[in-house]
Amino acid sequence: MIAMKIPFSYIFRNLWTRKLTTFLTASGMALVVFVFAAVLMLDAGLKKTMVGTGSLDNVLLIRAGSETEIQSGVSREQAALIEALPQVARSQTGDPMISKESMVLISLVKSGQDKGSNVVTRGVSPMGLELRPQVRMIEGRMFRPGSSELVVGRSINREFDGAQIGQTIRFAQREWTIVGVFDAGNSAFDSEIWGDVEQLMQAFRRLNYSSTLIKLASSDRYDSMVADVKADVRLTLDAKREQLFYEDQSRALSAFITILGNVLTVIFSIGAMIGAAITMYSSVAMRTAEIGTLRALGFRRPSILAAFLSESLMLGLVGGVVGLFFATFLQAITISTLNFQSFSQLAFSFTLTPKIVVITLIFAMVMGFVGGFLPALRASRMRIVDSLRAA
Amino acid sequence: MNPPLVEIRNLVKTYTRGDQAVPVLRDISLNIERGDFISLMGPSGSGKSTLLNLIAGIDKPTAGILRIDGEDISKLTEGELADWRASNIGFIFQFYNLMPVLTAYENVELPLLLTNLSKAERRERIEMTLGMVGLTERMDHYPNELSGGQQQRVAIARAIVTDPTILVCDEPTGDLDKQSATDVLNMLKELNDRLGKTIIMVTHDAHAAEAARRMVHLEKGELLDG
Repeated sequence: MIAMKIPFSYIFRNLWTRKLTTFLTASGMALVVFVFAAVLMLDAGLKKTMVGTGSLDNVLLIRAGSETEIQSGVSREQAALIEALPQVARSQTGDPMISKESMVLISLVKSGQDKGSNVVTRGVSPMGLELRPQVRMIEGRMFRPGSSELVVGRSINREFDGAQIGQTIRFAQREWTIVGVFDAGNSAFDSEIWGDVEQLMQAFRRLNYSSTLIKLASSDRYDSMVADVKADVRLTLDAKREQLFYEDQSRALSAFITILGNVLTVIFSIGAMIGAAITMYSSVAMRTAEIGTLRALGFRRPSILAAFLSESLMLGLVGGVVGLFFATFLQAITISTLNFQSFSQLAFSFTLTPKIVVITLIFAMVMGFVGGFLPALRASRMRIVDSLRAA
Repeated sequence: MNPPLVEIRNLVKTYTRGDQAVPVLRDISLNIERGDFISLMGPSGSGKSTLLNLIAGIDKPTAGILRIDGEDISKLTEGELADWRASNIGFIFQFYNLMPVLTAYENVELPLLLTNLSKAERRERIEMTLGMVGLTERMDHYPNELSGGQQQRVAIARAIVTDPTILVCDEPTGDLDKQSATDVLNMLKELNDRLGKTIIMVTHDAHAAEAARRMVHLEKGELLDG
């Protein structure tokens, strides 16, 4: 700070001398910082999960105008046309890399609850696993094509009593056996159950797929593929990069978290800033004679302003560091909630990123600045003669 | 003959309380020579402290001329006045006014932070000054670890460390026991005799006033002699 001539030790030790007040004020700010950071971490966790779900090279095709796979329908003819597009990558054996998928919601009862929760059950083609390299089996084995076998995501396995290997689930007038658990790297697939697409469609008496997922031969052929799909009148489909699709899926939940969090943070932070202002006002009042003395010695008004603002910024910084410290423990927590865009369960964790650390500390300092500004201004504006009389 | 160090002509100071004007100093004229040691005396409300504050540049006159070392300080801006005080005035207060969170050393360093001196130069000045007031041993003590007399000596060190032209003392012995008061007065006398510091001291203690070369009495905002 340019006007900063008053030594930092003076500022720091004044905070240290009033340990209890400093501690209480900083705690109030730490609490707000904690809430603020928690919201950002939750949102970051959600985005990470959704973005991690999609891969940039994959393109998801759903019926034009539908926003989710649940609402969408892709006919077998359309799927065949897509399979033949030149932009679709080929596997080593020369097969097109496409997974024709069907999605239904089934109701399962969560451990410790008696109401059912919607769980996404996805029918996938044999190529489905290959198109999603982040998905790997961690227990049991993959379902056999043509059988009534299912594999469940890690979050489903953990949260639902009935989703353990060897157990059977009854839906669509059939018994389905769970034969494996897969880990999808904390993506949304972790909250899904997968089975053979043809078996699931038969059981649910469906004629159409819900979506088709293809891998591009190369990432830059996306535009030409979109153009080809648009040009073919039989393909009344929207093509979207898989990553973008899942990001869009989380938009409403993300907005909900952010708005709710921001409202909470704003209300809390007003309280914390008032707390900081009260602390700083009393600090100014207690040191009126000191301020007068400093001014008499030749320190200018901006120096006094800077000294008290720094003190308040320090308070904010301490609150910020403490709040962030406690927020780091949130990373151990995984939230499982309803994504109301897809009406299905979604599990994600609080995620701390360097960006959140920086934003949170800036937020804490801003609280300190706003709370300390008026008291500091008062300190710098006192008349020397009046303040010396307070001795 | 050289012009006086402090030249006061028809100085008036009026406070406004509500919409009422309260005169504190009425038409004061006074010269203070370089190297003088003046005690300003008078009952409370006589305006002696106000006169001291005006000379020290921490308050502004309502009317009149206040020239110090040839400079009319009533014409300076707020910021210029702060810089002027830093280089020309040393303050000694009744209650010492040390920063409680700073050590004796750091308190004496405060006014030097407004100069361009390097850290090593500051250290040299501080150690020499604290030696002059006999507190070399207590350098790292905080004010609450020092007696009243010792605290006032730290304050004197702080006042003279920048080598100012004028020392202004507001009841410097008012809060001290007899022995400490005598020590402080002897120290001021020595600063006046040996270093030629011009000292202006407000006091209502007759014993303290005797340390000065000259006494000036004020009553109801007017000079009685001088």
